[in-house]
Amino acid sequence: MSEGVTFDDIVAGRHIVVCCGTGGVGKTTVAAVFAVEGARRGRNAVVVTIDPAKRLANTLGLEALSNAPHEIDRQRWDPAGSAPPGGRLSALMLDTKSTFDHLVATYSTDDDQTQRILSNRFYRNVSTALSGTQEYMAMEKLYELHEQGGYDLIVVDTPPTRHALDFLDAPRRLTRLLDNRIFRLLMMPTRAYLRVASAAVQRFLRTVSKVVGTEVIDDVVAFFRAFEGMEEGFRNRAASVLALLAEPSSSFVVVSSPRRDAVEEAAFFAERLAESDIPVEGLIVNRVHPAFGNEGVEGLRARAETLAAKRSEVARAAGDGAASARQLAELYTNLADFRQVAERERHHMAGVKARAGRAAVAYVPFLSRDVYDFDALAEVGRHLFTAAPAAPARAG
Amino acid sequence: MAGKGGVGKTTVTATLAATAAGAGLSVLIVEVEGKSGLAACFGRPPLGYEEAELAPRVRGRTLTPDEALVDYLETHGLKRISKRLVRSGALEVVASAVPGMKDILVLGKVKALELDHAADVIIIDAPAAGHAITFLMSPRGLGDAVRVGPISKQSTDVIEMLSDPARCQVILVAVPEETPVNELVDTAFQLEDRIGVQLAPVVVNACYPDPGVAVSVDDVERLADELGVFVSPREASDLVAAAEFRRERYALQQQQADRLAARLPLPQIRLPFLFTAELGPPEIDILAATFSAQVDALPESSWGRVTVP
Repeated sequence: MSEGVTFDDIVAGRHIVVCCGTGGVGKTTVAAVFAVEGARRGRNAVVVTIDPAKRLANTLGLEALSNAPHEIDRQRWDPAGSAPPGGRLSALMLDTKSTFDHLVATYSTDDDQTQRILSNRFYRNVSTALSGTQEYMAMEKLYELHEQGGYDLIVVDTPPTRHALDFLDAPRRLTRLLDNRIFRLLMMPTRAYLRVASAAVQRFLRTVSKVVGTEVIDDVVAFFRAFEGMEEGFRNRAASVLALLAEPSSSFVVVSSPRRDAVEEAAFFAERLAESDIPVEGLIVNRVHPAFGNEGVEGLRARAETLAAKRSEVARAAGDGAASARQLAELYTNLADFRQVAERERHHMAGVKARAGRAAVAYVPFLSRDVYDFDALAEVGRHLFTAAPAAPARAG
Repeated sequence: MAGKGGVGKTTVTATLAATAAGAGLSVLIVEVEGKSGLAACFGRPPLGYEEAELAPRVRGRTLTPDEALVDYLETHGLKRISKRLVRSGALEVVASAVPGMKDILVLGKVKALELDHAADVIIIDAPAAGHAITFLMSPRGLGDAVRVGPISKQSTDVIEMLSDPARCQVILVAVPEETPVNELVDTAFQLEDRIGVQLAPVVVNACYPDPGVAVSVDDVERLADELGVFVSPREASDLVAAAEFRRERYALQQQQADRLAARLPLPQIRLPFLFTAELGPPEIDILAATFSAQVDALPESSWGRVTVP
């Protein structure tokens, strides 16, 4: 496929699709669109959503955070019954904390260790508040669904972050935390760490104790002790997740809006992923204004001005002419406004397309309503996929 | 200033700053999430930790958690090792042990700026809506975890600042669309109930102007005939399509803005969608003029007990 990849290739042939981009561009919607289309093509598809808008969540049958995928009644996404029999659609709303708990249980040596960690206050903070935990758990959930097998297509939404690459770095953050020198010192037998620690670290710990109280430090020490022996498992797991994402059956799709900053961010993101040897296969610019013809903005504005001048001319001659001229001038100004928006957006999009390499590029227009039901999801899909679904491909 | 990603929070921050500066007040904008397009709105290079002038009477700076942490340590006798501790990740351990600690340090620094009277108005370009709640909740959450010492004192002082409407109010920003409106309403109730912070009027951004009456291609042809001008059929259909699009979006937007008004009994300030260009100083001036006219029209009580010196 020297001509490059298409969204049809992605939805029909990839095993994992990760939707990424900054907040407010419709990532969750796009993720849902991919999963629905996969199911319609006869694949067993699942979408992992993060914080979906309420009505979209209702559509996907997601009432609460869940750790297990929930299968959506076929009647709802395929009312015409036209999808091949293998098509199935499931969804889940990521529960960060439970996913982390599950991971701890998997790598602990016994129940006692699990319990010690889960009840530790520092762990509870790490599992809910450490920046990057949500991203990390989204990737972890993806890996879990992959390992359990059964799904042909796993689509993952990523959390809205200012820095769109955080999720790739997230698994490494925890291992960094575990590799920390302070951590090693804290692993020394009780209170001994204060003897062997360097003067600077001693001062630091004393200050921290003074500032936040010794209780906090004790929690941290207890956590790292409880965690002993598990770091290796976590480290390996993080490496496996990254390896899975780097496989050719994994696909990254960047979602953007046509605004200058969003487009810049998307291009930057695609380049950074490429540097990590993870090429972006798709770029979706969402909520694009329609073009409304191809006339130049300047010409249209000049026309509006001529009409406005005509208006004062006819006003002197009396009659309804003045109102007509005003109305027509306003129509021209309005068209000029929208042409200007369209030109600006197309300028930004051309820039990002040039930087997208061989990735598939699609523009999804501004729809006249919010996307939250299956009909609207299908409407978005029509801008990404060709109308006639290709023969379904099932990933091993 | 708080709102969901993509609603133009940064634009509204710049607009409020320009409005306040226009009224003769000195303004300090504090960015807490690093990089944004704020400085570009004033045609200036990106902000840093040191204050920079953005426009007459408007200054800006960043105040990220890491910067606040280093700042705190430096003023608490750890100047020599503070940077190294951040680099080594040791602070990450401590910050994880005490969630909200970074946020409280940022808010603590804002409070210090306020007490030093760094400006007449300090505008914080807050994190995206979801995180804005955790951000503003941090002093209460910390109160439970840390009961003594300087952090605890810091929390108490920050809570005092947040709950005094004469010192602090939150402006929520949305665009008139379903999801941003829902999120704004949720955030508003949570901020009031859980943090007890006073909400200022909400800002509805990027509103289309009133489109006037509906027209058809026939109408356009009739208008052209009446005026004796030529409009090609293709142009007529473009004119109608663009007008129709604006009418549809306008109707949807009105519906959403009205729904917001019905669910949240706060005055609204509506800022227009600007077709003409990328946002720069001239556009911010236009928005500021609209903003200020609408603020003048609000009833006195809308802004709580805030008194402008």
